[in-house]
Amino acid sequence: MQLIPYANPSRWRMALAPVWALTATLLLSSVLIWWINAPILRAFSLLLTGGFGSLFAWSETLTRATPLIMTGLAAAIAFRARLYNIGAEGQLYLGALAAVAIGGMHGGTGWPLPVWLSFPLMLIAAALAGALLLLIPALLKTRFGVDEVVTTLLLNFITLLLVSMLLDGPMKDPLSMGWPQSVALNPALELSRLSEKMRIHSGLAMAVLLALLIGFVNRWTVFGFEMRAVGANAKAARFAGIPVERVMLKTALLSGAVAGLAGAFEVAGRTSYITLDMSPGYGYTGIVIAMLAALNPVGVVFAAVFIAGVLVGADSMSRAIGVPTYLADVIVAISLVSMLISVMLAEYKLLWK
Amino acid sequence: MELLNILSGEVFWIAVLHIGTPLIFGTLGVLLCERSGVLNLGIEGIMVAGAFAGWFAVYQGAGLWLGVAVAALTGAAFGLLHAFLSVWLALSQHVAGLGITLLATSLSYFAYRSGFPTVSIPPTIQPFAEMSWLGIPVLRGQTPLTLLALMLTPVIAYALYRTPLGLAVRMAGENPAAVEAQGLSVHGIRTGAVVAGSALMGVAGAFLTLSAFNAFFFNIVNGRGWICVALVVFASWRPGKALAGALLFATFEALQLRLQLLSGGALLPYQLFLMLPYILSIIALVLVARSAAYPQALMKPYRKGER
Repeated sequence: MQLIPYANPSRWRMALAPVWALTATLLLSSVLIWWINAPILRAFSLLLTGGFGSLFAWSETLTRATPLIMTGLAAAIAFRARLYNIGAEGQLYLGALAAVAIGGMHGGTGWPLPVWLSFPLMLIAAALAGALLLLIPALLKTRFGVDEVVTTLLLNFITLLLVSMLLDGPMKDPLSMGWPQSVALNPALELSRLSEKMRIHSGLAMAVLLALLIGFVNRWTVFGFEMRAVGANAKAARFAGIPVERVMLKTALLSGAVAGLAGAFEVAGRTSYITLDMSPGYGYTGIVIAMLAALNPVGVVFAAVFIAGVLVGADSMSRAIGVPTYLADVIVAISLVSMLISVMLAEYKLLWK
Repeated sequence: MELLNILSGEVFWIAVLHIGTPLIFGTLGVLLCERSGVLNLGIEGIMVAGAFAGWFAVYQGAGLWLGVAVAALTGAAFGLLHAFLSVWLALSQHVAGLGITLLATSLSYFAYRSGFPTVSIPPTIQPFAEMSWLGIPVLRGQTPLTLLALMLTPVIAYALYRTPLGLAVRMAGENPAAVEAQGLSVHGIRTGAVVAGSALMGVAGAFLTLSAFNAFFFNIVNGRGWICVALVVFASWRPGKALAGALLFATFEALQLRLQLLSGGALLPYQLFLMLPYILSIIALVLVARSAAYPQALMKPYRKGER
């Protein structure tokens, strides 16, 4: 078996790649549903209507998509420069922690700061927390050559334990009756909701704006060019006079900051306080989203909405016909693998010999 | 003084080997893959799949050793998929490996929840018994899987350094073009190494459900796979050092458990103790980073005729 690059790149083949990937994902997940003796068509129609079938479904899906856009962007930024940040999960939690440290109701009242000051402070703190957390593995990579994949993964576990420790200690909610939960965020700092009955909040608008902004930076600024150059070929970039290490570190700060903000948006938009199950693996799902979007920031928005719809739809399908919600995670994983394969086959011809 | 008491007790060293066994299997598995030039970040998920498949086979009435074999086969199957993606299709080894982890984990959880939709207490099996008939201290407190892990280390070291096959594997990880020049298939060798290594990862998972505990539960692997990836770097890709590294790591882990019990949560929050293994892994990586002799072709996909 051999891979031969196509001589003429075709937009058609690239455009069809996601279609093939989606078809393969649907087929393979049908096999799973069939295997546990559940009705296939009914399962998919329940999944679709649960995720996209009503105003309420859209509200839930877009609420779920908000942190996914952010972690997807964090992964897309870093992966573009070949900085494999697998630590968005930890950065999200540390961001949430920083947000509550600034904006929480400590001692029942919180810090005596006006909202116009504490709101931006809260967001800055969250971004800074995420950025600094990723700076550690990035520095270890540029200074000592330590592979960042393992260090960012291990930092996720360390961060989650740190959060757990603080929820037992100084950040503990005095009214939580032993449930591990942080003090609540000052209600004045919460993000505004579109409607009383729905959970969708203004974090979504900020996430989409951020995606557009990062798309702009990537495409039209020197820094964006440097990130792409470092990712495409670090040696050539160095030869061309690009300070590779510094670009790496700046990329890390940006990626970590976006993931940290995801945590602030979750606390301020949805949960109001930190719990240990606040993120069901948003950081890891963000990597899948970034890959599905081929690392394109605007594509991340669409991929995140799609994945969020699958996750939300799977919840309601599971309630209706008892197929485990883990089906959604399987679909996410299969879509990643089939997308990788179909993009490869759009660029290379497979020769069996 | 109390520390001395702990270290001199047989119970402590039994615990060390107990904690170390899945790490030995997993680290040897990663080592095999990486020596052939393939990073396998699928380990975390493959361990979950091995833990589930092995336990489920035994739960369905299979013997314990058959359960281990099922776990190894499950691991090998995911290894084959990883080889297809990262060796044959030359995809990014990082991303393919993470994909395998997500896939194997979610499939295992899906299968577990489909089979046992409502249970809140995990169903149990009768796990491997301790080898109390063995007259050797510490070892008599272990299950046969630990013995297997200990014996596997010299076997793999011998195979890697003293057999033509092992030479081919190491060469595929250092200089694949030289393998091709010998008339051997780089893709074939790498596939074999990844499949074998992933089978070991499956067994590492099976140890958790068939020996350490007697049931499958969510988050059973809890980062052990990632720690194995770190341990291989620490061991500079040598089987003997991998064994030593895994045991050293397990010693720290057992020690922190004892200290946690001693302090009774009065001195320090228990989370600090739980953090230690992860922090130690990072420190270990930094310490060896300067001198780390990465296999030269690690993470570099091989395409025929390409330089």
